[in-house]
Amino acid sequence: MLRFKCPVCGLRDETEFDYGGDATVVRPATAETAFEPWYDYVFLRDNPRGPHREFWHHSRGCRQWVVVERDTLSHDIGDVVLARDAVKENRS
Amino acid sequence: MTMQPNRLAVGGRIDRGTTFSIRFNDRDIVAHPGDTLASALLANGVKIVGRSFKYHRPRGVFSAGVEEPNALVQLREGARTEPNSRATTVEAYPGLVARSQSGWPSVDTDLGAIVGAFARFMPAGFYYKTFIGPFRNTRWWMFCEHFIRRAAGTGIAPAAPDPDTYEKVNAFCDVLVVGAGPAGLSAALAAARAGARVILAEQDRDLGGSLLDQTVGDTWLRATVDEVASLPNVRILTRTTTFGAFDGDVYGLVERAWDHVDVPPPHQPRQRYWVVRARSAVMATGAIERPLVFGGNDLPGVMSASALRAYLNRYGVLCGRKIVLFTANDSVYATAGELARAGAAVTIVDMRSDLPEELRSRTAAAKVDVLAGFAVVNTHGGKAVTAVTVAAVSGREGGTKGPVRRIDCDVVGVSGGFTPTLHLWSQRGRKPRFDTDKLAFLPDGSIPTLVCAGACAGADTITDAVSSGFAAGAKAAAAADFVGDAGALAPPKLADDGWQRGAMLISAVRAPDGEIPAKSFFDLQHDVKSTDIELAHREGYVSVEHLKRYTTNGMATDQGKTSNVNALARLAELRGSPIPAVGTTTFRPPYTPVAFGAIVGHEIGRHFRPTRLSPIHGWHAARGAAFIDAGSWSRPRYYPVSPGEDVQAGYIREARHVRAAVGLVDVSPLGKIAVQGPDAAEFLDRVYTNMFSTLKVGRLRYGVMLRDDGFVFDDGTTARLSETEFFMSTTTVNAGKVMARLEFLLQTAWSDLKVQVTSVSDQWATIAVAGPKSRTLLQATCGAADLSAQALPNMAFACAAIDGVPVRIHRMSYSGELAFEVYIPARYGHSAWAELMRVGEPFGVAPYGTEAMGALRIEKGHVAGGELDGRTTLKDLALERFASTKKSFAGCVLRKRPVLEDPTRPSLVGLMTIDKTVSIKAGSLLFPATGDIAGHGDGHVTSTTFSPTLGGHIALGLLARGPARLGETIRCVDFLGGTTVNCVVTAPCFVDPEGVRQNA
Amino acid sequence: MTHYSALSLVAKAFSGHRSWSRAWRDPVPKPAYDIVIVGGGGHGLATAYYLAKEHGLRNVAVIEKGWLGGGNTGRNTTIVRSNYMMPGNTMFYERSLRLWEQLSQDLNFNQMVSQRGQFNLCHSPASLDAARRRGNVMRANGIDAELFSREEVMRRLPYLDYSDDARFPIIGSLFQPRAGTVRHDAVAWGYARGADALGVDIIQQCEVTGFILERGAVVGVETSKGPIRAKKVGTAVSGHTGYLAAKVGLRLPLETHVLQAFVTEPLRPMIDSVISYAAAHFYISQSDKGDLVLGGDLDGYNTYAQRGGLPLVEHTFASAKALIPSISRLRLMRQWGGVMDMTMDGSPIICKSPVDGFYINGGWCYGGFKATPASGYCFAWTLAKDEPHPDNAEFTLDRFRNGYQIDEKGMGPTPNAH
Repeated sequence: MLRFKCPVCGLRDETEFDYGGDATVVRPATAETAFEPWYDYVFLRDNPRGPHREFWHHSRGCRQWVVVERDTLSHDIGDVVLARDAVKENRS
Repeated sequence: MTMQPNRLAVGGRIDRGTTFSIRFNDRDIVAHPGDTLASALLANGVKIVGRSFKYHRPRGVFSAGVEEPNALVQLREGARTEPNSRATTVEAYPGLVARSQSGWPSVDTDLGAIVGAFARFMPAGFYYKTFIGPFRNTRWWMFCEHFIRRAAGTGIAPAAPDPDTYEKVNAFCDVLVVGAGPAGLSAALAAARAGARVILAEQDRDLGGSLLDQTVGDTWLRATVDEVASLPNVRILTRTTTFGAFDGDVYGLVERAWDHVDVPPPHQPRQRYWVVRARSAVMATGAIERPLVFGGNDLPGVMSASALRAYLNRYGVLCGRKIVLFTANDSVYATAGELARAGAAVTIVDMRSDLPEELRSRTAAAKVDVLAGFAVVNTHGGKAVTAVTVAAVSGREGGTKGPVRRIDCDVVGVSGGFTPTLHLWSQRGRKPRFDTDKLAFLPDGSIPTLVCAGACAGADTITDAVSSGFAAGAKAAAAADFVGDAGALAPPKLADDGWQRGAMLISAVRAPDGEIPAKSFFDLQHDVKSTDIELAHREGYVSVEHLKRYTTNGMATDQGKTSNVNALARLAELRGSPIPAVGTTTFRPPYTPVAFGAIVGHEIGRHFRPTRLSPIHGWHAARGAAFIDAGSWSRPRYYPVSPGEDVQAGYIREARHVRAAVGLVDVSPLGKIAVQGPDAAEFLDRVYTNMFSTLKVGRLRYGVMLRDDGFVFDDGTTARLSETEFFMSTTTVNAGKVMARLEFLLQTAWSDLKVQVTSVSDQWATIAVAGPKSRTLLQATCGAADLSAQALPNMAFACAAIDGVPVRIHRMSYSGELAFEVYIPARYGHSAWAELMRVGEPFGVAPYGTEAMGALRIEKGHVAGGELDGRTTLKDLALERFASTKKSFAGCVLRKRPVLEDPTRPSLVGLMTIDKTVSIKAGSLLFPATGDIAGHGDGHVTSTTFSPTLGGHIALGLLARGPARLGETIRCVDFLGGTTVNCVVTAPCFVDPEGVRQNA
Repeated sequence: MTHYSALSLVAKAFSGHRSWSRAWRDPVPKPAYDIVIVGGGGHGLATAYYLAKEHGLRNVAVIEKGWLGGGNTGRNTTIVRSNYMMPGNTMFYERSLRLWEQLSQDLNFNQMVSQRGQFNLCHSPASLDAARRRGNVMRANGIDAELFSREEVMRRLPYLDYSDDARFPIIGSLFQPRAGTVRHDAVAWGYARGADALGVDIIQQCEVTGFILERGAVVGVETSKGPIRAKKVGTAVSGHTGYLAAKVGLRLPLETHVLQAFVTEPLRPMIDSVISYAAAHFYISQSDKGDLVLGGDLDGYNTYAQRGGLPLVEHTFASAKALIPSISRLRLMRQWGGVMDMTMDGSPIICKSPVDGFYINGGWCYGGFKATPASGYCFAWTLAKDEPHPDNAEFTLDRFRNGYQIDEKGMGPTPNAH
């Protein structure tokens, strides 16, 4: 069982969360009308073997989306931050 | 009661003062509290307990623990029967009933043993080479398979549901200690003294591990157990197997709370499943003695040497009178002395020729014969061992040279060394390393939160086990941030025989002719012989995994606990490679088999999944509604007016009534989301395909959402409560998904939008009031509000009160009738419904269920589950008009992909049967009026109903080029039901397409 | 190649089975081949077999980093069926089932293809409608399918929970009589032996570490045993397709997930068919050895670790007991996990890639085992002719660009939902 340190709630079981996939893909702006960025965002993944940044939704907890650093080979878990903070970092 | 021929008058940890009877194969067996089924059988002289899987050879008890490969029994009877129970771990209790699992007419005289005569035709993997048959189909194999299946398998599954209950416990601790032998007890003590909260889990009934099988060390054991038990921060779980180690330092444990009695006491669970989240853990799981492989090493009477010691010292059972101990290490010498003192004539056959003087002098004192430099080559005896043949060892590889000697005996104790129990550590994704010194696979220190101690980590003696356990306990406590002073712990005072000292790893003993005897078994349960391993090697199945799968070595219920290392050694020998180069198979959970019931706990029957009920459910139940599962909800399907009214009659009556008068339907399961904030309108513009920023306060608008890939995701009606507040509704099934998606967008890509979304699905009960008299009814119920057509036009809402409770009335129609949805605070839902029913009596109000609701919506051509199947687009569903061209929205780019724009895609149509008495089945395929009916057709039928309004059967369907085919006759083919129904293609809306009724 | 038969078995028994030859050679890799297949599981070996058998291409190597069949071929629940509804899928899986039906004879290796039938239970009128649509598509395409009433299911599977206490009532079932189980290890071994006999080099313990690229085209592989050149390189590396494709600069529409499977201790015959419990994403059958074989849902997150977690164990066991209450006292003997490519629509990829010389066979989600023969057959065709066979024509990468998603479940581009 994976366990994540939710920034709001503390260490919680995987069963309180839903998986949201790769957190490195960047959603195009709503006004983006070009095909490629949307195709890329919706369908293509790096699918790395090793460190992976990924979204989890603390749906049976504080309802916050978080970004988890997790290794897809060892399942070792690194930092867990609120998605809204991670996205801000991405932008800056 | 019969005598117990092998029970000693004194000694052991059993309660001789109490005697009870158990039944094995219809025979009464005497047992005492403290016995296992196996110890009782051995005490009573029962030799044959089972028959082997393949050749039906007689098999007796081999071990005294969880590794038992032979003595598997069908325990208990009736609904409580348990196949494949290991007699060595089943605690004896009064009234215990067990049977052998194979053997006809009996386990002692098994005609199935005739198979043994054909053994030469059944080498490893013979079934891959035969039963292929001359025909190019599967029939010959399936004919043969029928008989193979009947011959395979072992125990019999219960035929009735389990009468017992189970419990799940979620537990947390700082240090979990697995195993309460000398190392585990020491670890628990050290960790607890350091201040950590400790859970000590032991699979046995008693604490002590290998010390329980010895006569000395009790003082230390008692003192240590007493101290551990006295500490308030230690929880001791006995009869508890830690079956799996998982990510996140989570461990799965099963406590056999009441398996040691006939029937658990009232309200007590049979077993308890513990999910332990530990900050760190100590694995002190010991080691399992390895058999030696020689001719006839499977005969009853051939046993693990350590088991002989356990039966002697723990159970007061002397398994034989003339005992040969065959070994290649020091561990049996203490056992030999104890067996001799108990009255057995003991001969040690030790493959090593240069024995330490200390061992020789001990055996001399104990009157034990020692044949150093000899090996057991073969056993003799039909159904139990009566003698062994020994020969002098020659060379290192298990070879012998003549002449041979015969030694009479009734038991052979074997010790090929010990295999550390690494399962939990390995389950964390680690590969053990082979230690050429200890001749064993050992763990490394690569998991900071799982410290290995004692024999499983290679500790040689009990003294070592205690010191390594104590250090591990302190280390694990420190890993959980407890660094208090643990003090010291002195080891017990006992003779320290190294468990692996002097060990040799011999794959199999060879007869003086250089051959490994034919009946040399590696896997005792699966009858895997040396010749099988050789054949696998010869044919190229040379990886350890291929060997396992081709020969089935290690795939039995013991999962190779006794067989894997010997087979690996044999393979390494054949390959001419060292063991580390050959590797080992992967350890998988569970460590020992785990009952389904334990893991399931309370989540059985209705409680397998939660059932959601509307706040008005009680009313429906009292009214005698027929309920149906809709996703996680239980909803009224229809309300039978008489006991005999079936669903067909019921929904037609209810739907007709709505169109004629007024009906109420409980739509509380709809998803409801409060969307609030200065950017709420902008937000909705982005998630819905159509515009919401233009929606006026007080009005409602139907909206559609797409997935990002451009397919329709969900639909619903949203009200604008104020400039900055919207009240969104979603379909029932997607309520959770929509909410999660809105939160995702707001917390990630659109975190600059000032919007808060809150699920309010459970805060509101919702009643749809539909029918020509709906306004009249509502006006009568909430007198003060003006619900007239002018004050409350379609797609607008008004605030009102029912019985003093503020409610909101949305004027909108799903049925096509004049209709309203009344939103009531959930706790008043039931009373509001009752009030509407009371007030509505003069107007003939009647409740209607989901079936009538479906009929009404199909008549109106509204899309629902059958159409919103995740593969349809706006165009497919005739909803293209809801795609705004003035703004971008989620999915607006990818919905333009060429295949999705293809004009020939199946799209929404209505279907009306030409013969009005004939119904259509949803899921029928659509074909043109003429031509072949093959392939995928022109589309399919998505929803069907009888239309009370039209007096005929109608349907919605997705038909290629549908809108261009109105008026065409097509065939709806239900291949499965063998029917073809001719239909006319119509527009999806069958009733009141102009909307006169709903706009009234 | 020694012919396998009861006769040869008896004959060899008299010489102590000492004269059996290797089932496949252990060759040293040649410097170059016409075609190199990366991945020695069922799909890769089947591809090599059909390249040699159907297209006469015998200068072929299969390169396996571990041991043959050590990936998902040896980790699945052994079910075969052809109950697919979407155009693009239906006939592909039916081809596979037809190949299965003759595979033991084709390979002269008993695959133990046991057509025990598969039930897809229905629990609501909506699921019955969906089953009817699926069954009708099957029948319209010449595939066997029947729709059973609750009463018929009760008659055939009396041990399921039909009580009022059942959370998901069983109201009927789609049934495919020709579906069943196959002995999974035999598939890898049978294809390996067959391919080897036709001249294919099967190279085990040889890991592909990279690709040899010339002018943007793949012309070989770098391996732990040195470079091997090839005119074409095909990958059949379940779970690792994305990882290998990245080495030639491709990002793929898939994620790698783990699926667990479980076996119980062996029992006398109890469950005669394959039963799928749609309400809980659970399926069960019984092997010839007597073990009950159970499968559940994905753990649900990207992983390359071949192990799963407790939540799915609990889910699977609860499903098992909900469906078969008498299973409660039976015991799990072993659980394991296999990693698989989960695509954005739940359907596979067999196509020429945008990189010349590089061909992809992957994206099997958890339906790869049943597809093995057709996958090999169609991939061999694609490699040999440089164009797809009609049965894999839709399994392209382009389908995500043009909107032709083959989405049996209608779950959209969420890999763990398929």
